[in-house]
Amino acid sequence: MKMDLIQPFINAADAVLAPGLQCPMTIANLSMERESYSPHGVAALVALSGDIEGRIIFDLDPNTASRIASKFAGSDEPASDALAQEAVCELANQVIGNAVATLNDQGFNFRVHPPQLHLAGQGTRITEDTEAVVLCFETDSGNVSMNIALDYGATRVAAAGQ
Amino acid sequence: MEQFAPVKRSKDGQPVRYLIVDDSVFARKNLGKMVETFGGHVAGEAGDGVTAIAEYDRIQPDIVLMDITMPLMEGIEAAERIVQQHPDARVVMVSSVGYQENIVAALQKGARHFVQKPVKAEVLYEVIKYVMGDEGIAGQAAGAGA
Repeated sequence: MKMDLIQPFINAADAVLAPGLQCPMTIANLSMERESYSPHGVAALVALSGDIEGRIIFDLDPNTASRIASKFAGSDEPASDALAQEAVCELANQVIGNAVATLNDQGFNFRVHPPQLHLAGQGTRITEDTEAVVLCFETDSGNVSMNIALDYGATRVAAAGQ
Repeated sequence: MEQFAPVKRSKDGQPVRYLIVDDSVFARKNLGKMVETFGGHVAGEAGDGVTAIAEYDRIQPDIVLMDITMPLMEGIEAAERIVQQHPDARVVMVSSVGYQENIVAALQKGARHFVQKPVKAEVLYEVIKYVMGDEGIAGQAAGAGA
């Protein structure tokens, strides 16, 4: 796990979520995990491949997902489950896209794969032999969990060794 | 919600017609709401590049708002194909993946502008006015002068 890769994702989460939710966002908790991952609510997994390899998972409980979807849509009505799930994927896309822009400007080249949706209770387990940093962001609409497991890709490691 | 002076087509005073292309329904809805606050009309939507090309041919919009990362065909390739067939097409890329390489590639393939997600309404509004150029005219905002 490369900690220097984490900061752009924290900055990007702040840049996307705080203005969208019109509230300050704070990191409520930060921990390291080395276990297989099961979604706790509505989770969007985005994989990266290239100079940086790994994945980022956004995970929100369904009520938080619904509130955040409504806020981003500028609506007072609670969002439907389908729209809330779409919103979590789109937010993951936006946060990761913003972080990727920063990392690309630092010379990393990689591909961002489309988000995959995973829901709690569907028996999904994401197994991997890598450490993940888990950040819990506190917002007025509820907590947003971001689970990041990233490392330098083989191409980057090979280039560094030359 | 912020009020914008409606941008109309200068040739006939009709609302600017948009094709919104994004694989996220959520993103399409939000962009659609945003362009409606500019006085625009969502003439069509597409969730991938292949459908976008067909929709462009069918509805001939004034502006295409095009995401980049999509299934079947990505936005930069779709923009290139649309512009090849319709050299006057106004394609604005709207993506969260806003790094130099992508922006340059999109502009080289014929896109007129690039807007980074999350989209700020005031930024998109200025881009729309710029891209419409003489073909667009901004009227008075609702409530202006009251």
